[in-house]
Amino acid sequence: MASSQISSLGTPVMDPKYAPLPLVAPGHTNDSVTEKIAHMTMEKETPRAWWLTLLVALAMLGGLGTAILGLLFVGIGLWGPNVPVGWGMDIINFVWWIGIGHAGTLISAILLLFKQRWRNSINRFAEAMTLAAVLCALQYPLFHTGRPWLAFYWLLPYPNTMGLWPNFRSPLIWDVFAVSTYGLVSLLFWYVGMIPDLGTLRDRAKNRISKVVYGMLSMGWRNSARHWSNYEKAYLLLAGLSTPLVLSVHSVVSFDFAVSLIPGWHTTIFPPYFVAGAVFAGFAMVLNLAIPLRWLYRLEDVITMRHIENMAKVMLATGLIVNYGYFMELFMAWYSGDFFERYMMKNRVLGPYWWSYAALMLCNVIVPNTLWWKKARTNTIWLFIVSLFVGVGMWLERFVIIVTSLYRDYMPSSWGYYKATQFDWMFFIGTGGLFLTLMLLFVRFLPAVPMSEVKMILPGAEGRVKR
Amino acid sequence: MSDVHIPISQVTRVSKGASGAKPRFWRSLDELAGSEDIKVWLHREFPEKASEFTDPEGRRQFLQLMGASVALAGLSSACTRQPAEAIVPYAKAPEQFIPGKPVYFATVLSTDGAAQGVLVESHMGRPTKIEGNPDHPGSLGSTDHFAQAEILNLYDPDRSKSVTYRTETQTWAAFVAAIRPVLDAQKALKGEGLRLLTPTVTSPTLAGQIAELLKQYPLAKWHVHDPIARRNAMDGARLAFGRALQPVYEFSEADVIISLDADFLGLGGDKVANARAFSARRSFDTVADREMNRLYMVESSISVTGSNADHRMAVRAAEVEGIARELASAVGLPVEKGALPASAMAKSIVEAMIKDAKVRPTRTLVMVGETQPAFVHALGFAINEKLGSLGTTLILTEPVEANPPSAENSIEALSTDMAAGKVGALFILGGNPVATAVPESGFVSAMKDQTKVALRVHLGLFDDETSELCHWHIPEAHALETWGDARAFDGTLSVQQPLIAPLYDGKSSHELVQSLLGDSTSTSYQIVQAAWKSRIPAAANFDKGWRRIIHDGLVPASAFPAAVAKTTPGAWMQAEPASNQGDLDVAFRLDPNILDGRYANNGWMQELPKPLTKLTWDNAVLVSPKTAKRFSIPEPEGSARGSFVDRVRLEVGGQSVSMPAWIVPGHPDDVVTVHLGGGRKRSGKVGQGVGVDVQSLRTAGSPWVRSGGQVTRDGTRYGMGCTQDHWKMEDASERGLLRTGSYEEFKANPGFAQHPGQPTEMGSLYPAHPYNGNKWGMSIDLSACIGCNACITACQSENNIAVVGKEQIMMGREMQWLRIDRYYEGDSESPAVHHQPVPCMQCENASCEVVCPVAATTHSDEGLNDMVYNRCVGTRYCSNNCAYKVRRFNFFLYSDWDTNSSLTLQKNPDVTVRSRGVMEKCTYCVQRVNEARINSKNEGREIREGEIKTACQQVCPTQAIVFGDLNNAESAVSKKKASPRNYVLLQEINTKPRTSYLASVRNPNPELHPGASEPTEGEAHHG
Repeated sequence: MASSQISSLGTPVMDPKYAPLPLVAPGHTNDSVTEKIAHMTMEKETPRAWWLTLLVALAMLGGLGTAILGLLFVGIGLWGPNVPVGWGMDIINFVWWIGIGHAGTLISAILLLFKQRWRNSINRFAEAMTLAAVLCALQYPLFHTGRPWLAFYWLLPYPNTMGLWPNFRSPLIWDVFAVSTYGLVSLLFWYVGMIPDLGTLRDRAKNRISKVVYGMLSMGWRNSARHWSNYEKAYLLLAGLSTPLVLSVHSVVSFDFAVSLIPGWHTTIFPPYFVAGAVFAGFAMVLNLAIPLRWLYRLEDVITMRHIENMAKVMLATGLIVNYGYFMELFMAWYSGDFFERYMMKNRVLGPYWWSYAALMLCNVIVPNTLWWKKARTNTIWLFIVSLFVGVGMWLERFVIIVTSLYRDYMPSSWGYYKATQFDWMFFIGTGGLFLTLMLLFVRFLPAVPMSEVKMILPGAEGRVKR
Repeated sequence: MSDVHIPISQVTRVSKGASGAKPRFWRSLDELAGSEDIKVWLHREFPEKASEFTDPEGRRQFLQLMGASVALAGLSSACTRQPAEAIVPYAKAPEQFIPGKPVYFATVLSTDGAAQGVLVESHMGRPTKIEGNPDHPGSLGSTDHFAQAEILNLYDPDRSKSVTYRTETQTWAAFVAAIRPVLDAQKALKGEGLRLLTPTVTSPTLAGQIAELLKQYPLAKWHVHDPIARRNAMDGARLAFGRALQPVYEFSEADVIISLDADFLGLGGDKVANARAFSARRSFDTVADREMNRLYMVESSISVTGSNADHRMAVRAAEVEGIARELASAVGLPVEKGALPASAMAKSIVEAMIKDAKVRPTRTLVMVGETQPAFVHALGFAINEKLGSLGTTLILTEPVEANPPSAENSIEALSTDMAAGKVGALFILGGNPVATAVPESGFVSAMKDQTKVALRVHLGLFDDETSELCHWHIPEAHALETWGDARAFDGTLSVQQPLIAPLYDGKSSHELVQSLLGDSTSTSYQIVQAAWKSRIPAAANFDKGWRRIIHDGLVPASAFPAAVAKTTPGAWMQAEPASNQGDLDVAFRLDPNILDGRYANNGWMQELPKPLTKLTWDNAVLVSPKTAKRFSIPEPEGSARGSFVDRVRLEVGGQSVSMPAWIVPGHPDDVVTVHLGGGRKRSGKVGQGVGVDVQSLRTAGSPWVRSGGQVTRDGTRYGMGCTQDHWKMEDASERGLLRTGSYEEFKANPGFAQHPGQPTEMGSLYPAHPYNGNKWGMSIDLSACIGCNACITACQSENNIAVVGKEQIMMGREMQWLRIDRYYEGDSESPAVHHQPVPCMQCENASCEVVCPVAATTHSDEGLNDMVYNRCVGTRYCSNNCAYKVRRFNFFLYSDWDTNSSLTLQKNPDVTVRSRGVMEKCTYCVQRVNEARINSKNEGREIREGEIKTACQQVCPTQAIVFGDLNNAESAVSKKKASPRNYVLLQEINTKPRTSYLASVRNPNPELHPGASEPTEGEAHHG
């Protein structure tokens, strides 16, 4: 750092040119933050764009309902799977949604523990996204089964007259535990973090219904020192609880594949590779939501360029881990010397589904690597595009793993192909509708940016807040 | 019935044809359902079946199979006669009748020209499964796939259900009254205008009845039409010996087998016996004192037999004759030389073959297929005679056909008479000649001509194309519903006994002929028993003898004695040699599954993957890779919605059809093969319009091949349902799935199939699970397996496996638990073909078991991989994690759960009918294991070796499949597994399969291919 100077106290003083951008735009006070954010909820006229988007989201959600009805009355055969490809869009989308949920936990918990204060204006929003994504993901393990009316409780360990327990050796049972724990802890974390803000909304509520609802949700929050002390402890505890979940959920999801004996699935690299991929996809989704939201609600001064750039950096870092995974898969297939592994890899890259692998390389390797350049990281339009690519890329990654491993495995006589049906797509778009609906309701009724936490990082507040 | 001249427009029952008008009359809603209106109405009425809900690319045919037929069955029964059913227990139960315990009855089925003895399993009076009769020479305990499928035919809801006159429902009595004046008129004419048309008849009783009829009506004639009949063989015998004689093969004596287009393992009433005897000489675990036989196949198409050959020459039809002539002149017969294949390889094979035959002349068997003309048959007999093998490997006997096919009794002769107005009354006793006769024979046009043949009567199982053109239709009683008798391929006599009263008041041929004789009330039982009175020696007590015969299912030692015959050298040997005409032959063949279309309405047969092409639900123009290139026919393109190929226009003799083209490695060049039986117009709901009808291309004179064909791509794409939708087999040998070697190799190193360096036992941290009681295992001998498909159908029948329809097959959702993998070895011009049946491997370290979240698939203490249908929620994880992909999933409600369709009567009560959303797979026929266990416990003993036979094992004509207790070192399966040829699939993944294989051994001529068939040699070809 040629231009840095040594201050009189011996600590380096950063040239303002190189100083990190502020986390909140200058000029904000506690009041202005509250005004700005609380206004987004019930207090202001709903923007027309919100209504339009909700309309679209509800239409998509209707598709989900139709798809579920069709599924229940006609059968899972409406979807595309067959033998050998027993899983298709169902598990691809399940893993994809779960992955997307990851950024929420990471931002909430790990960045909190690492004292990354820049997380404070985006964490609420990312957590909400996590919950919505987990809800979307949950549709799949249930409805992809042949008999969902039984699957919804037979996979749970409950004492029953049949004296039967689930098979604890099955990765699908591990999934049940991992995902439900994850969903539950994320919900708690999100809700506990929101309590002070709910108190604010309660106090500002104009009508009776808002008063009652926010009143009940804020659980008697009175902003007392004792409340703050308990709250901080609970929050930190939940953060500690969530942290292993960031690693565990997607590791367990990856066991669905890694534990099997199918070439292309049976791979030890899967747990870290899946976790990194999930964070990668999750941050892409946060950016995809934050960038338009920031523009729509004029939140540039709360979700600043520094947030955006930091998220881009996380994306780049996790993306590189994922890229390493791709390379290692190729290398290990060759290095193993195993005929079936080698065939699988060759067929994955050059076989009939070569396009999926090529598209994966474009989306997850070539495009995200533009983020090495600061110009790319700070251009919100480009970043939005990159995030879209990553979202598609991570979907393709699951497609590549699931379909191109299964469709040509050990016995050539049983090889087949896989193609999604309209019902597969209707269901997927439907879960998109569910996600959008939940997110829209969230930004309309709940504080999308944590007011209390933003206030902690206001310039004047730095000395007051420990964390 | 004075107005016997009926305008054809009235005779035609339902105008489904070009006019498309709604029929004015119908006998049931069933029939009306042919109209578009009712289809639309039904569609709306049953919204759960409406296609809007379903994938439009998806289930149309599935609905046609299940939805529509069952919906209609329910509907029509509401409007028509519904049998009143009362459930009351027996006040006094019949003797030996224990509810829940099946009873077996011996009878015979003549599905492919001659009788196969069968034992039919009957549950509470309803037959459910057909097994072979071990004592019967045509069965030896096994059956072909046709016999297995008969049980489905019996319960086919589309069977005709009542006597009809024109379009109206009538009674048997009305029919008898109506034909009386016609017969009386004929009596006066001495029966000059009376004609009978039957399929192949081996029944002495029926033949006796007809003889009696011909005595009463001396000028009447009995014609025979049956596409499976052996007209050329009979004519060949007439040429060579001056009379009709049939060949019976002695494979146990044959070291060298030369087949000239003879598909002796795939077609014919003797195929089961042939397969057993043929493969007995090909499967052994030590180099026995006897030599392995060697099969040379000269073939102008493709066949199951060809796929088992040690040397196969794929040639044009005229070249088959050329090779026969070559062989004949080599043994010293004065014949001219004919056309020979151009390829050097074929020439060297012919040379080696002749040399081989000359080394062991009396132990050589030359056989000629029905698709070759009479001359080649005659030549074949003469060659055998000259070699001295006539009497050792080839036995001649009187034909089992009571009326052997000839020019005089052919359908062409009948048609000529009909067209000339000489026929006043025609009785068609079974079969469907309107659909199966070559149009050129003139039969169809004569039938359609309203001014000819005043009385046309059809006795048939179905209201089909023939009944459409007949005045009267009489529903025929199925062979399992009525008494009769029949001869096996070697003449062995059996009595056919019914298992169930006729479901639809059907009548047998016996009863119909008897009514022509003036007795319309005698039952088949009375007729057959009366005829047998003379057949059982007077000295013996008739009742006792009769019961014995019925119990055993055959008359002992009733096979025909060998006939003594000498060829009559004559002008026939100077026949002009056939030469290749034009540059493309069109070969017509009976479909391996539906034959001439008689099984078109049988879902099991339609969905059975054809032995070489693995196609279902369609026929195609089969073409070699080289010829495909010539016509720029592209390779099939696999996809998740079927295998897509180009349609082509196949043109020959001014007629043309549009059909999909399918490339088959090993198919002769410059020949295309089309299978008969497609495009049925009135077959019932399953077979209607499946495939393409190619009859119009055939000629009566040469029904099996026609030269001068032309193929043009017509540019449209067509989706086929192929169950092995993968074209490249390149690494089959690297995968170690199919292991094969030559006999020489086997002799040098019996353990050639063991891959060096492959770990045999992998360590485990846990102690091995002890199996203290029985430990079930299976061994499949690839040397014995001929790929005949009988096991698949037997499994389908035993285990209530659903039919899913073409669209589901195209989506990769076939349900058969057992599949036969087909491998090509060598180049695509003349590859060797191998068949490998793949049931569940019942792994000890089963990868499916660990991943099931609800423990729906678990390990039994006898080592079976049990499938608990009730517990399954359908995650399909087990299927994904199965390395062998033997699991099958009910993506829809494939089984019929909702209706009272007669098909439900076929279901095996010991096996769950699976619901939607449930995984299923081969169970090693666990219901049979359990039955044996219960029996053994009741009797206080261990389960005996051989007591349990799985359905596939029991039906296997070559006994390639052996099942039993691995804890018993003396059991057949333990001995098989001790063979040096034993190997398991994918040993390296340590699943420890209980199903293992014995490597295939072929016996190529060492002179011809030194070092051929290296076990690791295997090249890629599509199929």
